[in-house]
Amino acid sequence: MGDVLIVGAGISRFGRTEHTTGREHAVYAVRSALADAGIPWSRVGAAFGGSDAAGLADTLVAQLGLTGVPFVNVKNGCATGGSALVSAVNAIRAGMADVVLAVGFDKHPRGAFDPLPADWGLDEAYGRDGLMVTTQFFGMKIQRYMHEHGISARTLALVAEKAYRNGSRNPQAWRRTPVSAAEILASGLVSDPLTRYMFCSPGEGAAAVVLCSPAAARALKGVPVTLRAAVVRSRRFGSFEVFSPWVAAGQPTSVSRDAAAAAFEAAGVAPADVDVCQLQDTESGAEVMHLAECGFCADGEQEKLIAEGATEIGGTLPVNTDGGCIANGEPIGASGLRQIYEVVQQLRGHATGRQVPGEPRVGFTHVYGAPGVSACTVLSR
Amino acid sequence: MTVYPADGICPRCGQGTAPVTLSTVGTLWTWTVQRYAPKSPPYVPPPEGFRPFAVGYVELPERVRIAAVLDTADLDTIRIGTPVRIEATAGVPRATPIGAA
Repeated sequence: MGDVLIVGAGISRFGRTEHTTGREHAVYAVRSALADAGIPWSRVGAAFGGSDAAGLADTLVAQLGLTGVPFVNVKNGCATGGSALVSAVNAIRAGMADVVLAVGFDKHPRGAFDPLPADWGLDEAYGRDGLMVTTQFFGMKIQRYMHEHGISARTLALVAEKAYRNGSRNPQAWRRTPVSAAEILASGLVSDPLTRYMFCSPGEGAAAVVLCSPAAARALKGVPVTLRAAVVRSRRFGSFEVFSPWVAAGQPTSVSRDAAAAAFEAAGVAPADVDVCQLQDTESGAEVMHLAECGFCADGEQEKLIAEGATEIGGTLPVNTDGGCIANGEPIGASGLRQIYEVVQQLRGHATGRQVPGEPRVGFTHVYGAPGVSACTVLSR
Repeated sequence: MTVYPADGICPRCGQGTAPVTLSTVGTLWTWTVQRYAPKSPPYVPPPEGFRPFAVGYVELPERVRIAAVLDTADLDTIRIGTPVRIEATAGVPRATPIGAA
């Protein structure tokens, strides 16, 4: 199938503000991406985007310009950005347009997400008895993983320590103050074995990318990055997900494993070829488990890899070089394209202050979310 | 395969199902502690107020793991693999480590 190139990437400041709306973040990110590509909004022939909780993406045309562009709203949980990206790729390959925008944005209230049992097909008792809490799932998944594969609490702390350190080097990040592993371990248990500073927080922000065909790219002056694969998958039977009254016996299946394998196959690239990657780090344990689920190591190897600094900027496999969700927060609709933005900067050599050394050539991104959805991409210079 | 609560449609194949009576003794597959009060609503704290409580999945011989509130006074001694007794309630199933009060 024909190549699709990313010729522009833009991002807003992530974090939490009183007055900036999710849509305002989105408009900023889109304009930044257009400026990066060196094109006016009128050059965009199709657009896909969405948020989980901050409004409809197609209303952005009121600020971007009423050009008549087909603009499709995407709402797919944590895979919103990835799904917008897949739609954009397909639009280019199908010949619908040669320059296409994908945008993701969000803004969430302070504190944990508070879903209702009925929305998940669950008895009211799961809410009444205090089980509609996402952090419990993350605690229970990594608790089992640590038991089976010998991962220590200190490793969980090292993951968060790295996130804050990388965030401190990223001007767009929310959490920009380094926090030590000792402070992270002592920050108070939220859902055992995870402590407060091991979690990301719901936040706000936006990211956007401009994609185009190779022919269209030749007329632009930007530095293109090739999107080798973009894949979205939903869970298969036997996975372990948030808000499950039951889980099937046996080794759980993983939607992240499925999506990553499909992305690597489509790209014709192996995990060992990847020079920089962004993995869903809703909390520290997620990054540890996703390293294995996405194919970067065997189960249990993370204990040694992380202790040796393999996942640091400058390590053999830098992970979440922009600070990930832990340092940037989790605006659900924006996180997937934030990862793409970061990999584009890294592959172009423009990640000032946090650049992976040695001119990285291949990047990988991965998001995972409820109720068992994952989106992965492979990008190359 | 077995699902809980009972469902007339199999989530694996979309076909019909048959009821099965589950064992009441299993082992703890995983667990965590809810250290802070969940948002109310929907959470309804007990009359004496919120106190941290444990939740987990109990693996039964019928090859299903069931989410349950763990009734245990000592949140520091919970271990994966612990034998537990589990029972259905009007709400979420509740489990008690065997040997505990």
